[in-house]
Amino acid sequence: MAEISHMTQETRPAKPTIRTRWQAMRESDLWYSFLSHPSAIFAACLLALVALSAILAPVISPQDPYDLAALELWNAEIPPIWKDGGQWPYLLGTDTQGRDILSAILYGSRISLIIGFASVLVALAVGLSLGLIAGYFGGWVDNVIMRLGDVLLSMPFILIAILISAMATAALPTGLKDVLAAPILIFAIAVPSWVQYARTVRASAMVERKKEYVQAARLIRVKPWRIMLHHILPNCMTPIMVAATLNFGLAILSEATLSFLGVGMPPDQPSLGTLIRIGNQYLFSGLWWIVVFPAVQLCLIVLSVNMIGDWLRDALNPKLR
Amino acid sequence: MLAFLIKRFANAAFVMLAVALLAFTIFRFFGDPVEMMVNEQATQEDRAELRERLGLNDGFVTQYTRFVTNAVQGDFGISYRNQQDVMVLIGERFPATFELVLVATILSLVIGIPLGVITAVHRESRMANALQLGSIVGVSLPSFVVGIMLILAFSVSLGWLPAFGRGETVDIGWWSTGLLTSSGRAALVLPALSLSTFQITLVMRLVRAEMLETLRTDYVKFARARGVPAGRVHWVHALRNCLMPVITLTGMQIGNLIAFALVTETVFQWPGMGLLFIQAVTFVDIPVMAAYLMLVSFIFVALNTIVDVTYAWVDPRLRDDTAKAGGANG
Repeated sequence: MAEISHMTQETRPAKPTIRTRWQAMRESDLWYSFLSHPSAIFAACLLALVALSAILAPVISPQDPYDLAALELWNAEIPPIWKDGGQWPYLLGTDTQGRDILSAILYGSRISLIIGFASVLVALAVGLSLGLIAGYFGGWVDNVIMRLGDVLLSMPFILIAILISAMATAALPTGLKDVLAAPILIFAIAVPSWVQYARTVRASAMVERKKEYVQAARLIRVKPWRIMLHHILPNCMTPIMVAATLNFGLAILSEATLSFLGVGMPPDQPSLGTLIRIGNQYLFSGLWWIVVFPAVQLCLIVLSVNMIGDWLRDALNPKLR
Repeated sequence: MLAFLIKRFANAAFVMLAVALLAFTIFRFFGDPVEMMVNEQATQEDRAELRERLGLNDGFVTQYTRFVTNAVQGDFGISYRNQQDVMVLIGERFPATFELVLVATILSLVIGIPLGVITAVHRESRMANALQLGSIVGVSLPSFVVGIMLILAFSVSLGWLPAFGRGETVDIGWWSTGLLTSSGRAALVLPALSLSTFQITLVMRLVRAEMLETLRTDYVKFARARGVPAGRVHWVHALRNCLMPVITLTGMQIGNLIAFALVTETVFQWPGMGLLFIQAVTFVDIPVMAAYLMLVSFIFVALNTIVDVTYAWVDPRLRDDTAKAGGANG
């Protein structure tokens, strides 16, 4: 924040009444709308709490779940602390190997959030650039890119992700599989999701490129990439932001589903989906806490992201103002 | 209209060819088909002979053409894992998936439509707000989590319903159905409910949005003014005009439901196509994976094409070429 306000002052000096970004944000309609929606505030706080605890996982979690030496078998299958037989510091109990569930959840959320966030970023980067190129240049480039998108949209999202993840894992040598598990997942989720961004940007680019200001920019020989990034892209950021927020929730869900199906994160670096997959094996042995708590955490994350996305969609929709 | 039909079908065919190219690439270049099919004792000559017989020495285009020709005739080769014809394997599993998806679709309509009407009619009431919040929760719950929670509640704790399998089935010709036995129906309840959760909220939100618009129209006001009972206005006059988008959504979502059934089938060990696919993924049984991919994409593309064509048939403005070229005469 400080850097940004510093920059604006540098480019437009000697204006004492200049508003910093922070002030502008506080006076904006969006901020007002945020404050008048309790569900949005609740969701944002929840998400902030989850993200903070995930970032601080190495500091606050009672145990390092990756350190196999820290696992003691006699601490296995301890129920949550409010049940008979519960033990400090295992607040949410332990699994069959003595792994603390709370620590596993904190570290697992970390992996889930990172993969979800990264796959949205990759999909955004690919989708925005391809959409801009397709819409700005048109012709056969446009045709190739959008046909590719059509093909991707004609297969179910989850099926593409499973196939990519499974094929990439099958093709890799054993040593690399675990190291590359997260990048493969990010790629597998990004591939079917870039099309939506590309379509939005393309539609907007096709309209904008015919307008006079773009023609004028072309005449004074502004480079095409500069026209695309500085003139066309800002015009379609609103729907893109809403789509990206909702897709963040979808990406976390997809990652969890893939890991649950066994084509995602391996058991030695478990995401929330992997934890649920592991816990699912003990469903009938009375060890419900191994599966329930990771599932609750996953639902809370996706729910808060979706609530923010829903609010954002309504708040940015000019028809509803 | 003819031009539109040709264009739309050509588009669908192009997409299917592209999917076939993907399936073929997976089939041909991930693992060596010969190594997967011969046993350990096979000599070098046996392998070379098999390679020649499978046509793996031909050019890429020849092989791809053969793959597509066979696929159109329903021939996807032999499963690597259990040496059976892939189409026979999928055919055996298809009824289970079909019944699951069918019941889930019916559930989503039977539950989703009334909930949508109620939330629209009693807009500001506490119940409507609770249902609206519930719909966000429903969209956010991963379907496998719903399945696991249902198993914990109704199988593990209460012991009312079975948690896995299909129960007893009855064969009608080649179709094995679980709908005719009580154990089959009991086994269907939890999987269908977990598969339809997302769909219920989708239908509910759509009906609510449509109803809110319809309730503002003149004919609804007129019906009220004429003294038609409120229930009849809402559930007959208004609802009937909201059903078209619901039918479209349901049709287009069936492809997604079939794909998502693979998650539900894994949770409940439901012996359908999806479980077959996931097992094939684990064992890198590529012919089964390729066939499943082609089949699900085909259903997906076919449904989309049918919806598009129906719309163009109903509404001439959507036949974009004629609209652009001739205007009113389309």
